[in-house]
Amino acid sequence: MIDFGFTPLVASITDLDKANVNLAKQLTEQEPSFALCISCGSCSATCTAGQFTKFSFRVMCHQIRKGNAKEAIAEASKCMLCGKCTLACPRNVNTRNIISLVRKAQTTTP
Amino acid sequence: MTKTVAIIGGGVAGLETAKQLNSLGYSVKLFEKTNTLGGHVAKWDRLFPNKRHASEVVSSLTLSQGNTQTITETTVHSIKRENQGFVISANSSNHEADAVVLATGFELFPAEKKEEYGYGLFENVITSADLEQMFKKHGKPVMASGHKPVRIAFIHCVGSRDEKVNRPYCSKVCCVTAVKQAIEVKEALPNSEVFCFYMDLRMFGPGYEDLYKEAQSKGVTFIRGRLSESSEIEGGRVLIKAEDTLASTPLKMSVDIVVLMVGMSPLRGTNKLATDLGLSINADGFIAATDLHTNPTGTATNGVFVVGACTGPNNITDTINAAKATVLDVHNYLSR
Amino acid sequence: MKLEGKRKIWNEYQKDIADDKYFYVRSCIRQAVFPGSENTYLRIMRDVLKKDVHESAHHTTCTGIGYHTEVVPFETIQTVVARNFALMREAGYENYTPSCVTSFGIYTEILDTWHHFPEEKKRTAEYLKKATQRDFQEPGNMAHTSDIIYKFRHQIAEKAKYKLVNRITGLPLKVVDHIGCHYAKMFPEKGIGGAEHPHVLAGLIEAFGGEVIDYPERRHCCGFGFRQYFIKANRGYSIAASKKKFESMEPYQPDLILTNCPGCNYFMDRWQYALAEMEGKTYDTQGNGIPVLAYEELAGLMLGFDPWEMGLQMHQVGIETLMDKIGIPYNLSEKYKGAKGEDLGVPESPRNIKFYK
Repeated sequence: MIDFGFTPLVASITDLDKANVNLAKQLTEQEPSFALCISCGSCSATCTAGQFTKFSFRVMCHQIRKGNAKEAIAEASKCMLCGKCTLACPRNVNTRNIISLVRKAQTTTP
Repeated sequence: MTKTVAIIGGGVAGLETAKQLNSLGYSVKLFEKTNTLGGHVAKWDRLFPNKRHASEVVSSLTLSQGNTQTITETTVHSIKRENQGFVISANSSNHEADAVVLATGFELFPAEKKEEYGYGLFENVITSADLEQMFKKHGKPVMASGHKPVRIAFIHCVGSRDEKVNRPYCSKVCCVTAVKQAIEVKEALPNSEVFCFYMDLRMFGPGYEDLYKEAQSKGVTFIRGRLSESSEIEGGRVLIKAEDTLASTPLKMSVDIVVLMVGMSPLRGTNKLATDLGLSINADGFIAATDLHTNPTGTATNGVFVVGACTGPNNITDTINAAKATVLDVHNYLSR
Repeated sequence: MKLEGKRKIWNEYQKDIADDKYFYVRSCIRQAVFPGSENTYLRIMRDVLKKDVHESAHHTTCTGIGYHTEVVPFETIQTVVARNFALMREAGYENYTPSCVTSFGIYTEILDTWHHFPEEKKRTAEYLKKATQRDFQEPGNMAHTSDIIYKFRHQIAEKAKYKLVNRITGLPLKVVDHIGCHYAKMFPEKGIGGAEHPHVLAGLIEAFGGEVIDYPERRHCCGFGFRQYFIKANRGYSIAASKKKFESMEPYQPDLILTNCPGCNYFMDRWQYALAEMEGKTYDTQGNGIPVLAYEELAGLMLGFDPWEMGLQMHQVGIETLMDKIGIPYNLSEKYKGAKGEDLGVPESPRNIKFYK
C-alpha cells in the first residue's frame, strides 16, 4: 500500500444496521424496566460518582443501546452502588440491578 | 316557530353539535361535502388511548341524530346575512337558517411538501393516515411490494412545529397517534423492530403516558432526533438519517417502511367562508377564538359559531366538549 | 421510486437556455487534467450541431478557486467576471456558457448579488473602467455547457453511432450521475430539475438509452472543496466524502459515473486510484474501478469520436471495460502516442487497480 501522507477520515456516525445491540437485548430480558427509561437525566443528576467523575448512568445506558457496549461497560466500574439513582428515577427503572448486570456482562463479554 | 341551525361539516364536531341541538328541539341542517359522515375519524381504524374502533364513535354519533336533516355531497360556497338570519348557498340551492355553526374541520398536511422525506417519490414512505388504511384493510402494515416489513420508523412532527413549511404550531395529536400505531404494529407483527423519531413527546391526555410506557415495554425504540432525509435503497427499502441528539452523534439506518406523522392544517375552503362572515383568522391560519380562556368557542359575529378542528388541532374528546359548549352558545343566542 | 413524483419536481425547475451564438469560457482544471474534454465540446457544437460558439483568447479564469480559498477578494472576482462579460459583448455575443461548474456558481452568485445590491455592480463598473477602460453588460442568457448538451441531447442521440447498452446482454448500462454542487445546490432554480433531483445529466443518460441509478449518497458532495483538498492536513476529509459515495453506489454495480463538473470528474476518477493504492479496494467486481466520464466525453464517445483523440487516456480509471461493453472499437497501441504518432512513453502501472497499455 502507498502512503500518500493522508488517510480517509472515518465517520463517527451510528449505523443501526451494523450496531451490535446484543447487550441491550440481554439487559432488557434480565431487567425489563431497562426499556422504560425516558432519558430524563434524574439518575445522572443525583449520582454521587457523577459529581467527581464523568460517569453518567444515562449516558452508559444510551451507549449500550447504540451498540457501544465496551466503553459503556468500562464506565460501570465507577458506580459506588449508593442507589440514589434508583430512588430518583421517575419511571422506576431498577438502575442498581442494571449496573450489576452490566458488571456481570463485563466478565463474560470479550 | 322552530328555529333552524345550519351546521357546515359532517365530521365529529358537526355531528355532536347537530345531535345536541336536535335534542333541544331545533331544526338542524347538516351540510357535508363528501358522501359519508364522520369526517377524518371515519377513515381511521382505531383510536388512542384505548385502541377502540373509530367506527364505534362514528356510529354512536350518526345513529343519535334524530331529526337532523343531513345534506351530503353538498359543498357550501357562500353564507350571507339576510334580515335576522342567514342564507346558505350550497351546490345550486339556497337554504335559510337562524344560526350558523362552522364545523369544517381540517386537512392533513400534504407530506410531499417535505420533499426530502420522499413522500410521493418513494413507495414505502407513507403517512399515518395511509397506515390507518392499511390496518383497516389488512390488519397490519404491508410494503408496497406486498412483502412483510421488519423495520418500521415513525417520524413525528411532519408539517408541525416547522417554520419552513409555514406550520409553526404543534398539531397536538400526532405524538400519541404515533405511539398508538407503534404499539399496533408491534402487536400485529411481533418480530418487527419499531422506531419512533421524535423531538418531544407530547403525552398530555388521560392514558397517554401509560401508552408511552406500554410502547416501551413492547420494545418500541424511541430516538430523540428529527429526520433529515430519506433515500431509497434496494428492494424499495428506505435509508433514513437523523441525529441521535441525546448522544450528539449522527445516525443512519435502513427501514422497510417510513410513517410520516402528518399534522393538522387549516382547511383551505374555510378561510373564505369565515372571513366572509367577519370571523378572524389567527396566526396559524385557523379561525381565531374570541377569548382563549373564558370564551374559546365563541365568535365576535352574532349568530355565527365555530366548533372543532377549524379552530385548531384537536382530539375527539376535546372536540366533543367544545361541541357541547357551542350548543349552549347557540341555544342562548336563539333564545334571546 | 415513483417516477410521477420525480417528474413533478423536474417540471418545477425548468430554465431558459439559449439556442445558438454562445460565448464559451474555459475551465482551469479541465485544461490541466482532462485537456481533450473542452475540445470535444467544441467539436460537438461546431461540427455536429453546427452552432456558433465563440472563444476569446483574452478571457481569463473566473478566479473561482482563488475566491473560494479566500485568496481573491470579492471585489476582485466581481471585476474579473465583469471583464469576461465585457469581452463577450465586444465580440458581439450575449449568451454566456462557462465550461466549469464552479465558474457557473460564481457567475450565478455574482449576477444574483448585482441584482440585490446594485451598488456592488456600480462599483465593479468603476473598477473595471479604471483598470481596463472597458464597460460591461450582463449576459442575456447564462447556462452551463452541460445545460447546452442537455438541450440538444435528442439531436446528439439521433446522430450517435452507439448507445449506452451492453452489446452482449442488450440491457441498458447502469449509470450514476454526479452533478457539481455549485450547479444546483446554491440556486436550485438555476439548475434543471432543482437541487435534489437534477435532470441535466439524467436526461442525457436516458437519451442514450442508459439506466439512471439512484443511490442514497447520490447528492453528496465529492469532497472537492478547495479549502479541504488543497491543504494536505484536510485531504483525509476530502477523500472520505468520495469514499462515502463509492461505498453507497457499490451495491448497484454501476458501469459508468457521469459528471458535469471538472473537480468532480477529477475526484471521482483519481480517488478510485488513490483508495485502491491506499486500501487495496476497488468499487467494482473486476478490480478495474468504475469508469468516469464528463458529459462531452460521453457524447463524443457515442458519436464515434476516437477515444484517444478526446484525451480519454488521461483518465486514471481505465475506460476500456466501458468501451468493450458498448462495443466501441479502440486501438490500445495508439493510446500513448502523440499527435504525430511519436512514442510518449507509458505511465507506471498501479498495484491495486487495473491498467491497460
